Amino acid sequence: MEKKEYLDLYKKMYLIRRFEESCGENYSKGFIRGFLHLYIGEEAIAAGSISTLREDDYIVTHYRDHGHAIARGLETGPLMAELFGKKTGVSGGKGGSMHLFDASKNFMGGHAIVGAQIPLAAGFALASQYKKKDSITVVYFGDGATNQGTFHETMNLASIWKLPILFFLENNFYGMGTSVEKIRTNGKSFGNLAENYGMPSTVVDGMDVLAVKETTEEAIKKIRAGSGPVFIEATTFRYQGHSMADPAKYRTNEELDEWKEKDPLVNFHKHLIDQGLATESDIEKVSKSADNELDEAVKFATESPEPDLDDIKNDIYA
Amino acid sequence: MSKITVRQAIQKGLTEALDADPNVFIMGEDIGDYGGAYAITSGFLEKYGPERIKDTPISEAAFIGAGIGSAAAGLKPIIELMSISFSLVAFDQIVNMAANIRYMSGGQINVPMVIRAPTGAGMQLGATHSQSFETWLCEVPGLKVVAPSNPFDALGLIRSSIKDSNPVIYAESAGLYGLKGDVDDKYYEVEIGKADIRTVGDDITLVSYGHGMPMLEKVAEELGSRGVSSEVIDLRSLSPMDYETVNKSVQKTGRALLLDTSRKTGGVMAELAASVQESSGDYLDGPLLRVGSEDVPWPYNRKLEQHAMSSVPKILKQIEIGYSL
Repeated sequence: MEKKEYLDLYKKMYLIRRFEESCGENYSKGFIRGFLHLYIGEEAIAAGSISTLREDDYIVTHYRDHGHAIARGLETGPLMAELFGKKTGVSGGKGGSMHLFDASKNFMGGHAIVGAQIPLAAGFALASQYKKKDSITVVYFGDGATNQGTFHETMNLASIWKLPILFFLENNFYGMGTSVEKIRTNGKSFGNLAENYGMPSTVVDGMDVLAVKETTEEAIKKIRAGSGPVFIEATTFRYQGHSMADPAKYRTNEELDEWKEKDPLVNFHKHLIDQGLATESDIEKVSKSADNELDEAVKFATESPEPDLDDIKNDIYA
Repeated sequence: MSKITVRQAIQKGLTEALDADPNVFIMGEDIGDYGGAYAITSGFLEKYGPERIKDTPISEAAFIGAGIGSAAAGLKPIIELMSISFSLVAFDQIVNMAANIRYMSGGQINVPMVIRAPTGAGMQLGATHSQSFETWLCEVPGLKVVAPSNPFDALGLIRSSIKDSNPVIYAESAGLYGLKGDVDDKYYEVEIGKADIRTVGDDITLVSYGHGMPMLEKVAEELGSRGVSSEVIDLRSLSPMDYETVNKSVQKTGRALLLDTSRKTGGVMAELAASVQESSGDYLDGPLLRVGSEDVPWPYNRKLEQHAMSSVPKILKQIEIGYSL
């Protein structure tokens, strides 16, 4: 890997974190409404895995979707504008935080019914297979989604049809306020779910961006070669509550502190310095550039117009 | 002109689409090796191969969801549900994905997909297999819902449904597959959203769709023998609905009977009745009449099922009570 690649990874993670912090602030100020789910703590997953994708690959994700959108290269201005409900938002102000889209980048949402995005994602993979293209689809979902019928139905469908799809479980150990122990009898790991469908699976440290990147690269190589779906479980933790409405009383500060020891940004920063892959000044430079970008994004969102009332009936039918 | 059945009309539309566009494929339970629960896709697998005639596991949510994704990626899926009652297990995909995704993406994503599904009671299939959920789907913006009653419309509507860039629910009256009728040999389509005035008349407007239409034909015949002239309208398309054609007719006749074959409560005729009352209330010479099936889970027993269904005697009785005709 070149120095620039390391710094790009760092910048993505840093930008996601600052974006999410800014979302929190703007939610408190009342500029962002509705449900807002922050990705803080989980940045390494989106940044690491999406850095391995090609432009013609598809991404389908869940409602905690800001990180994936930023990692895919959606501009932070239109993203923030969407959260502000503005006409210039990525979904025209009609989707909001949970429904971010950019079809031009094959970023196919942002889906807010737990597990519902999984069959949809299989459809993009099916289209690649049908058209005999070697593009692949990555679908992200949380531990909570693994008890939905759509998850199991789609794992089976993808397996029997050998669809070019990567099932990417972001296991943050809590489905809203319900811990993994309460919803599974079979220990904390989910890899055996893939085994049942004859699918190779790997567990990766979701706090380690390089590990995520490497694991994803290997999986995608297999998928692109036509061997069928692969399942990755990345272990991680969200530092905030489930949404802005959640004070996270169902877990302890000790548990949170333990995870913060593994903070993806702090540790990657340390790794870059320790291994001589970048200097403090390099890191400061990319951080500063991300800070500036974010200031511009908030300015853009603030100054953008709201949708026109006439827009209410647009976009229903093609 | 050729005389064919509703089943043959649907088959004709499907094969035309498969022949014309390599992106068209059909997916569903037992549509391949088995040939389809109602034999619509019989012989298709041999002709088009397993990539285009895809047998699925019994996973309605998964294959409808996959259909939506594939449509969004540029394919043209035609999905067969064995019964519209089975849409319930895929309702989230149909409503939250197929219908909402265009709007919530700000118009970026189209879902050009057709879901074909047999609908309606009368075959003693009991509560879970006899329902008419095309009525529920009419409430959802982003979907179109059509329901042909004869071979001509079945062919014209399957063509326009496949051509449409939106998700279309194509509700097939299960009792009408064997119904014969004329279709033009020359290519035609039936526009989605346009009702058909089947019979022009002056004294009363009779409106239904799907398997309500054969009943209305008998009602019109009986009324004719009493010297009453009926204007018979087939909605054909339930969403969008052609309120204009119905209102124009009611304003001419001053009387109307709206027939649902679904349960009466929440049927599409409730919505149409509200429109007629709003737009044509002043023209009505008496109460606006509505007949629908009983508000009960569909019973298995034949006598009970027939009793629950809308019927010609029930319609005539309503007309007698309402208008003394």
